Amino acid sequence: MLSFVAQRVLKGVIVLLAIVVLNFFLIRLAPGDPAVVMAGEAGASDQVFVKQLREKFGLDKPLPEQLFIYVKGVVSLDLGFSFRQQAPVAKLIGERLPATLLLTLTAFAISLMLGILFGTFAARFAGTFLDTGITVFALIFYAMPIFWVALMGILLFSVTFDWLPSFGYETVGANLTGLAHAVDVAKHLIMPAMTLGLFFMATYTRMTRASMLEVKRLDFVKTARAKGLSDAVIQRRHVLRNALLPVVTLAGVHSGTLIGGAVITETVFAWPGIGRLMYDALLQRDYNLLLGVFVICSAMVLIFNLITDLVYRLVDPRIEFAS
Amino acid sequence: MKQFWKSMLKSPSGVIGLIILLLAISVAVFGPMLFPNSPWRMVQRPFLPPFTVSTVPLGTDALGRDVFAGMIFGARVSLLVGLVSTLVALVVGVPIGAMAGYFGGKVDDALMRFTEFFQTIPSFALAIVLVAILQPSIYSIVASIAVVSWPPVARLVRGEVLSLRTREYVQAAVVTGQSNSWIILREILPNALSPVIVLASLMVATAILLESSLSFLGLGDPNLISWGYMVGAGRTVIRQAWWITVFPGIAILISVLGLNLIGEGLNDALNPRLSREGR
Repeated sequence: MLSFVAQRVLKGVIVLLAIVVLNFFLIRLAPGDPAVVMAGEAGASDQVFVKQLREKFGLDKPLPEQLFIYVKGVVSLDLGFSFRQQAPVAKLIGERLPATLLLTLTAFAISLMLGILFGTFAARFAGTFLDTGITVFALIFYAMPIFWVALMGILLFSVTFDWLPSFGYETVGANLTGLAHAVDVAKHLIMPAMTLGLFFMATYTRMTRASMLEVKRLDFVKTARAKGLSDAVIQRRHVLRNALLPVVTLAGVHSGTLIGGAVITETVFAWPGIGRLMYDALLQRDYNLLLGVFVICSAMVLIFNLITDLVYRLVDPRIEFAS
Repeated sequence: MKQFWKSMLKSPSGVIGLIILLLAISVAVFGPMLFPNSPWRMVQRPFLPPFTVSTVPLGTDALGRDVFAGMIFGARVSLLVGLVSTLVALVVGVPIGAMAGYFGGKVDDALMRFTEFFQTIPSFALAIVLVAILQPSIYSIVASIAVVSWPPVARLVRGEVLSLRTREYVQAAVVTGQSNSWIILREILPNALSPVIVLASLMVATAILLESSLSFLGLGDPNLISWGYMVGAGRTVIRQAWWITVFPGIAILISVLGLNLIGEGLNDALNPRLSREGR
């Protein structure tokens, strides 16, 4: 178990380093001489200042050395400086990270629970009207762009019914504390989390349904039935447990898409997370910040993949940890 | 081939999908000829509600531009970007997967590590970064969508090739002294085609969603109108004018749905073994 975890962590670190190197070259690809761009952003562009900047950030050194300096910086959590926001990139991301984690994890939990629930229902009543209904709904949600779902949600629940707030993390200026504050945040969270969750819910519904129908045909289910176990027990203990394995794999694969969806969702709902930060960086062409967020997103996906790998091995005892 | 169409037309999702796709293609090809209103020109007063003036059936946006014209011209961009970026992804992914599967060993290891690397990077975030750095244009959009969508192709092709290369007819080709490239191109790949076609149809759908999301964030080609751009432009005035965001979104939804349905129909028709298993 331990050696497995160590091995996976090591692999993750190597991939992350590779992403950092890729990031370095992407920064160099960005339009403009970085020193001139930085000088312009700082509001001064005389030659002396540009030269100083070049020296300060090591831009006058040969490329391999620059790469080394950059990687060293990232390892010590120095992701560069955002001149637009006048703050270190790492600090900006650190401030925004909790909101993104709250949003993505809530959306993930919603999508997984509802997806498994609906998928189980569809498989249980396969071929009936209920199954067709669930499948059609899943197909439609699967085809909707997230930004559009978000806007339709706002149109329906904020503009038309006025039930939910359409933007932000909390009511500005309300200064709520304790439980009242939690309720306020939850109210703001419902729509973004549902928007982000619905797309993935559709995927998990389809996956659970297909996988349960598959497992149902297997011999051990027949054996369980022959033993006289009740249908509910067979469904829960024998079919669902096995059918969930591919769903867990899919959840791991989708973590990157979840982050991408968060960029869109946070943009539409003005949710103060790193996705929104990425959008702001994009609008201002703040490449340091943009690529800093990109590295952190990749790191989050790697961590998430590691967790799903571990969960997979916990759910499926057949897989040895040593392998 | 006849068999293929027969089973394709038997699956209801395939038929519905085909109808939707044909409709979307004909809108993209003939629409601009039949409906020559430029999507950029002001034709009426701003914020004209839909279904009030017959020449501007879906109303106008904040600048008085025709929403219906935008949707018709947008179909071109969406479908074109979807198709071309999928083709580029295939051109990258198929050879990598085929080489990995055929040569095995160190080649396989190296190519698959490379593929996995690209698969771990959050795809939409990478697409955003690439388009932003290369500057938004139809080329950078196609390129970045292709960059983030080839890994599944490589993995799929590798798996197929891996199982096909041990077949007897491939062994026979090896014994008769055919070159590696001949064997891969003529003996193996044609037999690995059907799952690739299924994947490709789903990739076009994903590519359309990706393009619309990029355009929505303001990373679309500034010279081309697209559905995502229209929704993005209408976002700030959604309280006054719902139609600017609602209609282009429906267009995206229907096209993506159609392509997904085709994917299912193709899956049923090409892989009858797998048809009941779903994906």
